Amino acid sequence: MRYAMAIDTKKCVGCSDCVVACQTENNVPTGYCRDWVIETVTGTYPDLAIELRSERCNHCAEAPCVSSCPTGASQYGPGGIVFVEHDECIGCGACIESCPYDARYIHPDGYIDKCTFCMHRVEKGQDPACVAVCPTNCMYFGDMDDPNSEISKLVSTRKYKTLAPEAGTDPKIFYLI
Amino acid sequence: MGTSRRQFIKVSALSTGGLALAASSYGLGSSLSDLFDPENDYTGLNLKRVPTYCEVCFWKCAAWTHVDKKGDIVKIIGNDEDPHCNGRLCPRGTGGVGMYSDPDRLKTPMIRVKGKDGNDTFKEASWEEALDLIALKMSTIAKEHGPESIALLKHGSSGSHFEHLFKAFGSDTIGEPAYAQCRGPRETAFALTFGSWIGSPEPTDIRDTKCLVLIGSHIGENMHNSQVQEVAEAIDKDVTIITVDPRASTIAGKSKYWLPIKPATDIALLLAWLNVIINEELYNKEHVEANTVGFEELKAHVQQYTPEWAYTITTLEPALIRTTAREMADAAPAVIVHPGRHVTWYGDDTQRGRAVAILNGLLGSWGKRGGFYNKEKIKVPKFPHPKYPHPKWGWHSLAEDYPFAQMGLTQEIIRASIPEEDTKHKVKAWFVSGTNLPNTIPNRPLLTKAIDSLDFMVVVDTMPMEITGYADVLLPECTYLERYDTIRSATNRQPSIALRAPAAAPKYNSKPSWWMAKEIGMRLGLGDYFKYDDFSDVLDWQLKKMGTSLAEMKKIGVKKFPRKSGPLYTPDNQPINLPTNSGKIQLYSAELEELGFDPIPTYTAHDEPTEGFYRLIYGRAPMHTFSRTSNNPMLADLMPENNVWINPKVAKIWGLKNGQYIWLKNQDDVITDFPIQVRVTERIRWDSVYMVHGFGHHEKELTVAYGKGASDTQMITQTKVDPLMGGTGMRGNFVTFLTEQPNTVES
Repeated sequence: MRYAMAIDTKKCVGCSDCVVACQTENNVPTGYCRDWVIETVTGTYPDLAIELRSERCNHCAEAPCVSSCPTGASQYGPGGIVFVEHDECIGCGACIESCPYDARYIHPDGYIDKCTFCMHRVEKGQDPACVAVCPTNCMYFGDMDDPNSEISKLVSTRKYKTLAPEAGTDPKIFYLI
Repeated sequence: MGTSRRQFIKVSALSTGGLALAASSYGLGSSLSDLFDPENDYTGLNLKRVPTYCEVCFWKCAAWTHVDKKGDIVKIIGNDEDPHCNGRLCPRGTGGVGMYSDPDRLKTPMIRVKGKDGNDTFKEASWEEALDLIALKMSTIAKEHGPESIALLKHGSSGSHFEHLFKAFGSDTIGEPAYAQCRGPRETAFALTFGSWIGSPEPTDIRDTKCLVLIGSHIGENMHNSQVQEVAEAIDKDVTIITVDPRASTIAGKSKYWLPIKPATDIALLLAWLNVIINEELYNKEHVEANTVGFEELKAHVQQYTPEWAYTITTLEPALIRTTAREMADAAPAVIVHPGRHVTWYGDDTQRGRAVAILNGLLGSWGKRGGFYNKEKIKVPKFPHPKYPHPKWGWHSLAEDYPFAQMGLTQEIIRASIPEEDTKHKVKAWFVSGTNLPNTIPNRPLLTKAIDSLDFMVVVDTMPMEITGYADVLLPECTYLERYDTIRSATNRQPSIALRAPAAAPKYNSKPSWWMAKEIGMRLGLGDYFKYDDFSDVLDWQLKKMGTSLAEMKKIGVKKFPRKSGPLYTPDNQPINLPTNSGKIQLYSAELEELGFDPIPTYTAHDEPTEGFYRLIYGRAPMHTFSRTSNNPMLADLMPENNVWINPKVAKIWGLKNGQYIWLKNQDDVITDFPIQVRVTERIRWDSVYMVHGFGHHEKELTVAYGKGASDTQMITQTKVDPLMGGTGMRGNFVTFLTEQPNTVES
């Protein structure tokens, strides 16, 4: 079992519904977010390329946040989901410094918070809230170890990229381009 | 009150903080007890769910409001069965929770009084007091000037309750900005061509189209939910998208062809496309023969509009115009030249809409798979009430100069409210529901002049929007999540209905509009029109007539009905039968000719920016609607303010930097109340600037949105009025940049 997400940048319109759905699903305090949308524009008018993509924790197989955590609060869960055990977190912020994706924030209650792939939903066979809400259906969640899963097929047939591959973290968010 | 100058009041002026917090249970009943939803109880919070349809925009997606054990609304999830959303709400729908939880909401009725300092101020009032005053004022004004002199300006679901009240009272002096400030021209254009309005949601068969043509329509930035979903589905199926826009919109970035047109020249492009399709004989001759009238006239008319001619006007290469025309013809009839939605741009908007409709007519996309499907809706039975009295005059009389106006023209109602204006009838009072006119209506000075002249004004809203500061009586409405409303029945592929039921008791001392309308009606002696205790009685009666019930609808939220009007797509061997005068597609309009208008559209040059000025283009962001969402804490978090898009070449000339705050000044020397951030971007042409609509609030009670960004509406002081239907074209305004803080008036 190896959970991953594929995001089709050809369909994403950057509406940020994934952000709001995450906030209401996970009770993320206003002013904070576990996922966000990035726009890049290249070229000069009128020869332009615009890319929109939803970003979050990459649930890396070689996660620097896990190795840098002094208490073991940052850890791997089922299917490789990277999560923080809030009770064990002392809020030191070492993980924030080590993350090449800037995917973590300090929750007002003092612990470090981040995307969990909505573990509580995934356990029940549901998609993460961001995937479930996306109006363009541009996000896919599933098991990369299963060659017949939709995500495995997409990643094996479509062109894709990952973010900051040079960091060597083996990220599990694939951007279809 | 009276005729003295109507001072703008900051809404909480006399608030003592000791608000009447008696939570009303109107419309709540016992609906929550049996709706525990284990399927959606991911967090173990014992969430209960109640059906609703969204009111953040006009798409009206059906959804489930989730309520926790304490009775608080925690999240809203789309209803899987709903054709408007297919289980997936947009960010505004998901963030609708913020409309409910916004601490800045209007909390109790208020009445305008003179304060000790002689200035106008608001006094908190009981519902009895506020409603009594409204009824008294309405009867007094009606006695002197007739009920017709009281106008209703409205938007959205609440408006329908007040519309019933007004018609019962004897006034159909009713208007909404959704017509003359938004989609009116396209409705008239399509009615003249195909015999019927486009309506909402648009019957565009995007999921199966092979070619989608968008003229300034920025799908994806406008989050018209199912439409955006279908575009994504079509992208999966390799649709060809042709986007015509001076700005590299989100959808332009996903298009095979982006045509960066010079603004205000769209009709020239449309005529050139018609020229290519006709002269290269790319149309289906049998279809044109069988289903259209006026082809020969059209052919003769477009000869002058070659792609080379259009190049000099639109700045688009002739080869590109030809290629895109051929793409459309190749895809026909599975092609959609989209009618757009907000189309009041340049004053010849109905004629532009006609050119779009003619192009669709020629390509044969009407009633075809991948084109426009044959839409259908189910009629909701009318709850019995006595016949409405016949008003002596109404919106028709105020729209007389515009022969094709099919709804009230807001700006004409505004004009008729100004004593010095030369109008046949005079409007003396306004009842405003769910529309923030100062951030909706062009020419703000004229609007405030009209408001100043009124004898009386009622405003109903959930939030302290700018318009509320002008009210004599201000009524706090509960949000859509806390009330029943009329049954949603809209045109779709398959008829369906959706229920809106309250998921929580109205917060503070707010009330639903159906209750306000009924209470005012009772006071005006119109009890026969309101023979129910609770609006749920009306709904249950209607639903039972439709073969369901309130109890069943509370469990399912959405119900679908079989089609009765015939096939979704007209079979190819069948002539299309249209409700036009000729029964056919009217490429040439005899109706227009008769009244002295162009029977086939022509190109007219529009004003251009003078030295140092840039055309103001405005649009939407996917997380905001109108000016209504900018204070929503969840949505403001995503986009707290708008910015002004400026081409790098222009920025260089002016020395403007990304992120710098500037003020905009328009051609009439109007300066934005607040500064706006510069976004230097290649995504906009050098002759135009772009900003998202709905920001720059000057009402301080909007604690999140106050002073954030600038208002495009404030910059729109000039309008070009459509002579056919009275739409107010708003894209003939030009702005320049001020880098130093100007002396702005404290608002």
